[in-house]
Amino acid sequence: MAMTTIAVSRRRALAGAGGLLMAVVLPRARSRAATVTRIVEDQTGPFAPNAFVRIAPDGSITLILPNVEMGQGIYTGEAMLIAEELDVGLEQIQIEAAPADEAYVTKALGTEATGGSTSTIATWKSLREAGAVARTLLIRAAADRWVVEPASCQSEAGVVRHVPTGRTLTYGELAVEAAALPVPSGPVALRAPSTFRLIGHAQHRLDGPAKVNGTATFGIDIQQPGMKIGTVAACPVMGGVLLHVDDRAARQVPGVREVLTIGNAVCVVGDHYWAARKGLEALAITWDEGVNATVSTGTVYRQLHEALQGPAIVANTKGDARMAIRGAATRVEAVYQQPLLAHAPMEPINCTVHVTPERCDVWVGTQVPMRARDSAAEVTGLPKEKVFLHNQYIGGGFGRRLEHEYVTQAVQFARQVSYPLKVIWSREEDLTMDRYRPAYVDHLVGGLDAHGKLVGLSHRIVGPAVVARWAPEALLPNGVDDDLLVGTVETPYAIPAMFLDYARRETPGVVTAWWRGVGGTRGVFVIESFIDELAASAKVDPVAFRRRMTGDRPRARAVLDLAAEKAEWGTTLPEGVGRGVALQYVFGSYLATVMEVEMSTMGTVRVRRAVVAVDCGRVVNPDQVVSQIEGGLIFGLSAALFNEVTLENGRVREKNFNTYRVLRMNESPAIEVHLIDSTEDPGGIGETGTAAAAAALANAMAAATGRRYRRLPLTGPQA
Amino acid sequence: MSRAFVMRFGRRVAGAAVLAGIVLAGTAQAQDADLVRRGAYLEQAADCEVCHTKPGGVPFAGGRAFDLPGIGTLYAPNITPDAETGIGRYTDAQFDSAVRRGVGPGWRHLYPVMPYASYAKMTAEDVRAIRAYLMSLRPVHAPAPANQVRFPYNIRLAMIGWNLLYRPSGPLPDDPARTAAWNRGRYLVEAAGHCGECHTPRTMLQALSMTKSYAGAMIDGWLAYNISSDVDSGIGAWSDTQLAAYLSTGHADGRGTAVGPMADVVSHSLRFLTPEDVAAMVTYLRSLPARRSDETIGVVSPETLAQLAPIHSNGERLFAGACTGCHLTDGHGRQVDFAALWGARSLGEIDGRNLVRTMVEGGTLQTAHGAMVMPAFGPEYRNQDLADIANYAISHFGNREGHVTARDVAVARGGVSP
Amino acid sequence: MLTLQVNGTAHQVDVPDDMPLLWVLRDVLGLPGTKFGCGIGQCGACTVHVDGKAVRACSLPASLVGQRPVTTIEGLAEDEVAAEVTKAWLEIDVVQCGYCQPGQIMAAIALLKSNLHPSDDEIDQAMSGNICRCGTYRRIRAAIRNVAGAV
Ligand code: FES
Ligand code: FES
Repeated sequence: MAMTTIAVSRRRALAGAGGLLMAVVLPRARSRAATVTRIVEDQTGPFAPNAFVRIAPDGSITLILPNVEMGQGIYTGEAMLIAEELDVGLEQIQIEAAPADEAYVTKALGTEATGGSTSTIATWKSLREAGAVARTLLIRAAADRWVVEPASCQSEAGVVRHVPTGRTLTYGELAVEAAALPVPSGPVALRAPSTFRLIGHAQHRLDGPAKVNGTATFGIDIQQPGMKIGTVAACPVMGGVLLHVDDRAARQVPGVREVLTIGNAVCVVGDHYWAARKGLEALAITWDEGVNATVSTGTVYRQLHEALQGPAIVANTKGDARMAIRGAATRVEAVYQQPLLAHAPMEPINCTVHVTPERCDVWVGTQVPMRARDSAAEVTGLPKEKVFLHNQYIGGGFGRRLEHEYVTQAVQFARQVSYPLKVIWSREEDLTMDRYRPAYVDHLVGGLDAHGKLVGLSHRIVGPAVVARWAPEALLPNGVDDDLLVGTVETPYAIPAMFLDYARRETPGVVTAWWRGVGGTRGVFVIESFIDELAASAKVDPVAFRRRMTGDRPRARAVLDLAAEKAEWGTTLPEGVGRGVALQYVFGSYLATVMEVEMSTMGTVRVRRAVVAVDCGRVVNPDQVVSQIEGGLIFGLSAALFNEVTLENGRVREKNFNTYRVLRMNESPAIEVHLIDSTEDPGGIGETGTAAAAAALANAMAAATGRRYRRLPLTGPQA
Repeated sequence: MSRAFVMRFGRRVAGAAVLAGIVLAGTAQAQDADLVRRGAYLEQAADCEVCHTKPGGVPFAGGRAFDLPGIGTLYAPNITPDAETGIGRYTDAQFDSAVRRGVGPGWRHLYPVMPYASYAKMTAEDVRAIRAYLMSLRPVHAPAPANQVRFPYNIRLAMIGWNLLYRPSGPLPDDPARTAAWNRGRYLVEAAGHCGECHTPRTMLQALSMTKSYAGAMIDGWLAYNISSDVDSGIGAWSDTQLAAYLSTGHADGRGTAVGPMADVVSHSLRFLTPEDVAAMVTYLRSLPARRSDETIGVVSPETLAQLAPIHSNGERLFAGACTGCHLTDGHGRQVDFAALWGARSLGEIDGRNLVRTMVEGGTLQTAHGAMVMPAFGPEYRNQDLADIANYAISHFGNREGHVTARDVAVARGGVSP
Repeated sequence: MLTLQVNGTAHQVDVPDDMPLLWVLRDVLGLPGTKFGCGIGQCGACTVHVDGKAVRACSLPASLVGQRPVTTIEGLAEDEVAAEVTKAWLEIDVVQCGYCQPGQIMAAIALLKSNLHPSDDEIDQAMSGNICRCGTYRRIRAAIRNVAGAV
């Protein structure tokens, strides 16, 4: 997410200062500062030089990871960053999810958050510094004990060794003394990349064992003494309210305990989910559906298309694109349409809350712990320090858990009862009460000169500004949501003249939100589809056309060449099979994707193969980069092929996986990922595959059939 | 009398006793309650609820629409005791006339969507019991929408003529040459159960065909199968156990599971019948004359199914993704037998009518173990995809070449006329 | 009262006749390893073994289980095939969010127990009913192949 404008100055103190958090940040986070002070005073507690490392006198080493694990492998990657500098093996550590605390605020997102493929970018330096600071203090503590120069000591695998004498002390033995030392004020030395033991070398996922033996606890698995389980029906039309609920039949259902209501939703609480669910089905609910009860998918698209004409905000200009197009030999024009999309993570929305007069505990998988905590504080009226947020493994985030309205809702219900309440949404509730990736319409006009070279590009984006709701302070002063510029303004190409404007149209009837790939996913589809149309118009091979536009971007050219070579670009394919390419620079990483697709005369689409070349800068855990691209592609392909959230009478029609279809094993292509060695700082990776999918697929389908595909999804009854 | 029963009907009965104001109230109450209880059972046998309930609506409050091609749309009336919109003001005689003669109060002739030609064969006492049961329900104020009927059917008097031609006969006298079970079975099949209303084709004038009785018919886009005793196209090859299981649970091993309207009939009616009554129906059904029809049944055993090699079709792939969660390819149901496709009749028909409808709309069968639900796949899958799945399933499970086209699927969706 | 044989132990449970096995496992017996994903048999997150066969616990009324033994992801400790499968899963780093994985693993074990050397077609046939939103399909297939190769 490109939200670099968020109050940077306020947070500048934090920039690159992860390792110095005790000095800089902890005073803000009162609770933690208090803890640390006490530890230092009584000299018995763990050594916790910063918010990320804790070493107890018993030798146990705990790394507190600022980003939540939702499949992207970040626990492993971040642990590697700390462990590399701390000089411990991954098998020696324990990992813990960070609490809700300012110490873990992600600068690029303006809050404690995991999203926008920012984690590795944001922590690449700060977590290594955190490890290095801890190691420096441990070495100093050892040197003090032995009364030798720190320079004569070395650390390795959790011990400090005095090189000349061979004496050793474990980190645990040094914890108490290290805790008493002042944190170094200047920068600490980081290891030279050539000496990395972990970074750049494939490590198995730390969360692997628990996730294969079933012991990994997701939010939905939380058990608390006396806990009851509730399930919810909210007004099916957004903005509607509850008028009346007849719960007589529901209360007769065995196992049902209570029927709770809030302004726009009902929760039936039972001894188990089944009782709650049956109870919910037995309710007779009367809603006041409000003004959105007439919204349909048609309404949504109509208003987007209408805004292709009329005023818009200029978002970016370079040269005089309009003039260039007017003078061009050929003019190419296209309108692209993308649908509302649901997240549909495998773990349905859930949240467990226990409210007492003294405190509120929230167990939930969230990408935004502080926001979730703050909303619980607001609902309960408790001070924030009395709200304890226990973040859990997330069974698929994809942006859904950047929202916390379900936490607010769960707390609203849970404050009405005395016991811990676990609220689980049915899959139907999850899909119809999602906050959706917006629908967009884009209009592009390009001009080619007589040699088939792009001389100017004009582009209008129509759609909502998600950032205006999610982080209003990050909306650009001119009203542009700069997430929409991702993949459209900064492209892998040298484009001589460009004009981009934006007509904001908020979608009626739904709340729109971030979705895996954020701006990049929508932007890459549009730009890369259009580049293909330009190439076709110029009668130039799509790879060659892109190649000659990469100008001063050697990294872009390198991934393009590698992908083309590995995919045997240019070799002949059987009838009905086509190859498509997409080149992108989003989240700080370069990707080239070649997709191969087979189309039957009956309109059946089969994705056969995807070849991806990646330059994402320095790689922390190479196999997990591959894994993220594989998964991201599949996620993007599901959406590109099948998915569209539709509205009728203000209600979402897609309710479960029978009507919101996802790609399955036997529909998935063979995927090859090729990484390019790089010494650049890391780019993001979790969303790049998703961003690549639709464009490469649509281009491959166009190659197979000779017609263009400008509307997503590409198949399905609507297409 | 079970406790639940007393609680359910106690209030109304008590009210009647107070009105009567006599010491003998106890006996009257017991008689009344007996009648209601008998009526409740008979109502289930006659399956009033299915037709008199609109989807998602209050049971018995009417409103369900019946589209009769060429005639119009009729709406089932409210049969709760509501005085204004229901049957609250009907006398026993008026109720009986409506049910058994198709003539409502004020000489309003009913359309033969109401199976009064069959109900005419019920006894007056049974109809009185059903009324007693219906009158014990909570009154629901629910006016039925006005029928939209085309000329000449909009002239209700025309129905008099129809009734003269096809005069509903009276109660069936027991055939002394037959067993009691047969006679009881005939009563349940012909009268209360009105099976022929769906399973017997109709003549030009909408009367049930005598010559093709129980040979199967199209109704509301579904094929009600041939249930005559023909071995190839009827139920002649079914065992008694299979028939009884199918009637009482909606599923029989090697015969598949009821879908569409038959699932409704099992859900709301047949599964509540006593084992004796079900056995009686089996006895009677077995005695129906064999009527051959075009649809014949193909049964492939699970052993054979398990051996079939993959064919790499689009339909097979989609089946493996969307369908195998419940229906394994070896013909067994994965979780429950209700999902077993081995021998299912819908997979033996090459044009897959019922199969496609089921895939498009899904279905629900109520059982003693809760609702067995097949989700609807219509909204998400392309016509061609559903046709491919259907043809794969017909070839795999029915060992025939399926002829389902994308257009057939469009028709099943209701978007295109056949 | 029902008696269920789960992971080798008999459990008495007092639950409604239509209550799916999934919720008995999760909410009554406290075995949350088996996951809820869709509730309609479409995703496979709830896959357990009943009599050694992979079934969707969300669509199986507990009252229909009878005396057939139920095995969940928590009950695999002594199972050799399961040990091979989890080993292969870890070697290849199959998991991402991990939420679908108990179901995937139970499906894979059931497949391998009935067919130690499944072809790719057979793997697809057995596994395509299990959804993974994180898209780990390629690795799942590779892991199953590795087990088949190892034994
Ligand atoms: S939860 Fe059982 S198949 Fe999805
Ligand atoms: S690993 Fe996340 S859903 Fe499969």
